[in-house]
Amino acid sequence: MEDIQLQEAIERYLTDDMSVEERTQFEAIRKTKPGIDQMVIEHAMFLREMELYVNRTNFSALNKQVFNQLLDAGTWAPAAEQSTSFKVIQLWSKYKKVTAIAASVGGFIALFTSAMVLFFFPSINGNQILELSKAVEKIEQNQKVQGHILNEVKTKVPENSKLISGGSGFLIDTKGFVITNAHVLKGEGAIVVNSLGQEFKATIVYSNKNSDLALLKIEDEDYKQAKALPFTIRKKSSDLGEDIFTLGFPRNDNDIVYGRGYLSAQTGFNGDSNTYQIQISANPGYSGAPVFNDKNELIGIMSSRQKQAEGVAFAIKSDKLFDLVDILEANELTKDLNVKLNKQKVKGSKNRKAQINNFKNYIYSVRAFD
Amino acid sequence: MKAELNEQALLKGLAQNDSRAVEALYKSHFSMIQHFVTNNNGSFDDARDIFQEAMITLYEKVQLDNFGLTCQIKTYLFSICKNLWLKRLQQMGKYSAPLSAQEETISVEEDLDRFEKKDAAFAIMDRVLNSLGEPCKSLLEGYYLNKKGMQELASQFGYTNADNAKNQKYKCLMRLKKLFFAQYNIGE
Repeated sequence: MEDIQLQEAIERYLTDDMSVEERTQFEAIRKTKPGIDQMVIEHAMFLREMELYVNRTNFSALNKQVFNQLLDAGTWAPAAEQSTSFKVIQLWSKYKKVTAIAASVGGFIALFTSAMVLFFFPSINGNQILELSKAVEKIEQNQKVQGHILNEVKTKVPENSKLISGGSGFLIDTKGFVITNAHVLKGEGAIVVNSLGQEFKATIVYSNKNSDLALLKIEDEDYKQAKALPFTIRKKSSDLGEDIFTLGFPRNDNDIVYGRGYLSAQTGFNGDSNTYQIQISANPGYSGAPVFNDKNELIGIMSSRQKQAEGVAFAIKSDKLFDLVDILEANELTKDLNVKLNKQKVKGSKNRKAQINNFKNYIYSVRAFD
Repeated sequence: MKAELNEQALLKGLAQNDSRAVEALYKSHFSMIQHFVTNNNGSFDDARDIFQEAMITLYEKVQLDNFGLTCQIKTYLFSICKNLWLKRLQQMGKYSAPLSAQEETISVEEDLDRFEKKDAAFAIMDRVLNSLGEPCKSLLEGYYLNKKGMQELASQFGYTNADNAKNQKYKCLMRLKKLFFAQYNIGE
């Protein structure tokens, strides 16, 4: 009960709804109790943003109202539209097929996602953990900076689409199957970019918000099937304290970035047994990046980090990939994809630099567009 | 001189959400933006959206304490629209040659930066409010957006008295703030 009175007092204090006497009293308390002072500052910030929100919402509504009235009164004729609508029709016929495919894939994913809810229960708490996908603005910034370069090399993002989110991903089957996080794929489609900056078109084969895993298939004539995977996908769980590292594309310049750390708990956020807690500095953009141990084994997939604690991140356990393949095989529509996970031990070098060199060609930057 | 006075009055009206001022600005300047956008790869609807964003930028500018407009409203709105439209074209990967426009422009980088920053905070608030669910969303909107009193909200939402409504509002507010700050800090 005390909390609510305090909160009320803070709000009245900030909205100038206090008597002089009460105000003086409150200010005295504020001076002696840093905790309360902090709450006041935070609430002031919140109210400021709320005011901005309220003002903008009201003003936008006013604008719409005025605009529509004037439009109805015939103040402007949207007449010069003919050429534009013609263009739209042209575009439509050009992309009709793609749209149809996108729509059917979309429908399929929707059906699938709802079916899969039964399999994966824990939901992610948006409050305290942060998904690691790159925010829209960042990518847009990137587009701005590299705008002309992208145009020159002719990006594979369809015309009329705009990049809306991004992250990392990696091959799990050299036929072109790339794993990433479901939350990375905010839009309708995606392209993947390798560490050399080459872009490939990809389709979304599977996406599940609950497990936060998604599978892309590279479908691009420029894609050359890579040699066998240089790493195994670990089915058993990993040991506490194990040395781990990750490779991903957290930056906007498409340089691959290496990070190392250790496995710090067998369960993730709030005891989630589908994930590990790892100690690593994780930046937005690492979402979907592979987590390896030093035995050339993939042990997890980066997915989120805790907001308050620097360096604490969560990785989806690699055995979830086997579950994913089981799901694909059990489904009429996807069983022909024949996704195979590498369970054979890979002897390769245990030298970190050599490992990075081997692995980096199997890791992609994932960019989703609407 | 008369024109200048007129502009001052318009800006004052705008600051006070006066629909006549908004209407006057739409009447005098929208067709210029319509012309510009539709001649540069855009549609009528694009022009409407861009113009509204420019209006918001101006609206938020006139609210500032040290507000001053160093040019005509027309020039200001056009400069904002041109910049915003250029950005939009770039995002769509459509931008080619410099945009065709005869109007004079001024530098509005600072205002656009401010607009974008606020836009990010606005988007977060919008998102978290909508993710709250009912009755929290309507209750908080009723209180903050529609400035309704606790008594009124209590009867609207069927609470037995204002204290119960207050209690509920408090719980909702705490949830909203938690959600808001979880995302808000990211941008810092």
